[in-house]
Amino acid sequence: MSNSARNAILAKLRVALPESSALPQLPAEGPWQKFEDPVRRFQEVLEGVGGKLVRVATVREAGEYLESDDRWVKATVRWSAVEGLGQSTIDMNAIPDPHELENVDFAVLRGGLGVAENAAVWVTDEGLRHRVLFFIPQHLALAIPARRIVHNMHEAYAAVQVSRQAFSCFISGPSKTADIEQSLVIGAHGARSLIVFLVEEWEH
Amino acid sequence: MSHPALAQQFTSDRTRAEWHDRSLWFVREKRDRMAHGVPEWELLREHASAIKLHTMSQLPHYLEQFEKNAAARGIIVHWAETADDHNRIVYEILQRHGVRRVVKSKSMLTEECHLNPFLEKRGMEVVDTDLGERIVQLRQEAPSHIVLPAIHIRKEEVGECFHEHLGTEKGASDPNYLTEAARNHLRERFCKADAGITGVNFAIAETGGFVVCTNEGNADLGVSLPKLHIACMGIEKLLPRASDLAVFLRLLARSATGQPITTYSSHFHGPREGCELHVVLVDNGRSSILQSPDFRRSLNCIRCGACMNTCPVYRRSGGHSYETTVPGPIGSILAPVREPEKHSSLPFACTLCGSCTDVCPVKIDLHHQLLAMRGHIDAKHLLPVSKKLSMKLVSAVLSRTWLYNTMGWLARVSLKWAPRFAVYNPLNGWGRQRELPIPPSATFRQMFAQRRAGRKSAESGAAAPVAREGSKSREGSQTGGQA
Ligand code: SF4
Repeated sequence: MSNSARNAILAKLRVALPESSALPQLPAEGPWQKFEDPVRRFQEVLEGVGGKLVRVATVREAGEYLESDDRWVKATVRWSAVEGLGQSTIDMNAIPDPHELENVDFAVLRGGLGVAENAAVWVTDEGLRHRVLFFIPQHLALAIPARRIVHNMHEAYAAVQVSRQAFSCFISGPSKTADIEQSLVIGAHGARSLIVFLVEEWEH
Repeated sequence: MSHPALAQQFTSDRTRAEWHDRSLWFVREKRDRMAHGVPEWELLREHASAIKLHTMSQLPHYLEQFEKNAAARGIIVHWAETADDHNRIVYEILQRHGVRRVVKSKSMLTEECHLNPFLEKRGMEVVDTDLGERIVQLRQEAPSHIVLPAIHIRKEEVGECFHEHLGTEKGASDPNYLTEAARNHLRERFCKADAGITGVNFAIAETGGFVVCTNEGNADLGVSLPKLHIACMGIEKLLPRASDLAVFLRLLARSATGQPITTYSSHFHGPREGCELHVVLVDNGRSSILQSPDFRRSLNCIRCGACMNTCPVYRRSGGHSYETTVPGPIGSILAPVREPEKHSSLPFACTLCGSCTDVCPVKIDLHHQLLAMRGHIDAKHLLPVSKKLSMKLVSAVLSRTWLYNTMGWLARVSLKWAPRFAVYNPLNGWGRQRELPIPPSATFRQMFAQRRAGRKSAESGAAAPVAREGSKSREGSQTGGQA
């Protein structure tokens, strides 16, 4: 059935296609919005969407920051994908079923790059057994190398290869909703808080 | 029922109608601030429009490309000609996996196909996981807006609904408290679900993947736990290249809710290990719309909802008055294109102000299409007699100078001197819920002639006053139109 439906749809589309028109070129270099201080812009927008930027010199310093954060300290179940940034309390290799991650309180994951215009962080499931780790923990921290801040989405797409991983995502701030009378509530289904660590010296 | 009849029901609760109007205008203003923050906004709109037009002109090619690339990534692609076919395909996949419980994120396509009742009738539980959609689902209503499904519901009503279904405290109406309750309630559903269904915001032909945008993270939670993910999309959701996403993701959330981007923009390019990922490509009338030169541009819509938020008629009449899956300006094209008999009143639920066209991120010429649709409805003999007669009358008056002058005089005199009951009665729809303007003492032609004479005499030394009473402010005229 599938094949006949496919052919019928394609045939119907071909009956009267609109006149063909050109596909615009979208060079990564512009004319797109750029910022004098992209890190500052990233920080402003991130705070605007309910997240927090923490600039650190090293991964280790980020780990020290976490030790001062109540949400991390009080978390019973933690997991970190970044060596030297927080101690994991669970062994991901021993967890075949993502449902077992329901009780994760805090996860620290890697981000590939950050976009100044909208505070989005590019993440993928590379080397990550369960992609639900981006969504199910109560709190989330993403660590990205400081030099990987780009100005806008065009630069971002030029810098990543979207189809390399089965899953990738732009995450901008913690999860949120305004579905009840347009009042913004942070912490809808996903993370209730988001920290982005911008790490100065980091071999990613 | 027709749009005017349903709109009247909505506006009869004046406080609610005004609150609804304000809520949407608030979103519109957020959109404006965001749009003004991007210097190349207009260029982005132009690119978005051009990309869509190009894609539509080669849609079969891009669909085939998408199918091939998706299959190479282990995504199983299905084709559905009708809503019914779509529902059947989804049901069969679910059945094969022995699914009982489904979690679904927002998808206008599955609303359009009425997937929920189809699955429920066959013994499956379907939970809508977007908070707004969950609220309307529990209230057994349809969404009244494509981005803000519960925009018509007050927080006290959400409180009542949650008290009944989720056991929250009676009388509670704090959005934080209610959202927290929904979070806990839905977490349980996420963890128990056997399958996740999502919509698709954009599919990419060159990579064979697709993108789903949410703020709550419900789509991702819904498909990252169970072993089965089904994504349902209209065939018009395609984009040629991954780099096109930059344009559309920059436009979508800014236009929709005035955010710089949605919290999560998830890119799916294959199933999780040991899991299955299906994509259902649905036509359901789209190929016919593509054949219509007048209305094919409506397929460029990315469902941002901006045209609804700005529409003076939508804001004041509410989404349910349209009786369509997609309400507002774009819905008033999409619905009558398919079923003109059923939705003949919708293209008239429009003042032709053009605000929708101004905000549309993909530059659909919405108000032009709405006007064309009126002609379409007339050609199909679907206009009500009252509308046809009044149009004939107006055309007769406007094409005869003497008649136009006489009628103008009559209107001015009667508005001024006729007793209230003669003006504000059921026969005059324009006198309902509003005061008619104070008639000017002179016509435009008279003022123009006077002004000209004034200028002439000014040139020769004397000035003549210009009659301007008509533009006097109408303060305090609430009690009488004939003042
Ligand atoms: S028609 Fe334009 S403004 Fe309206 S929902 Fe579609 S994309 Fe948005």
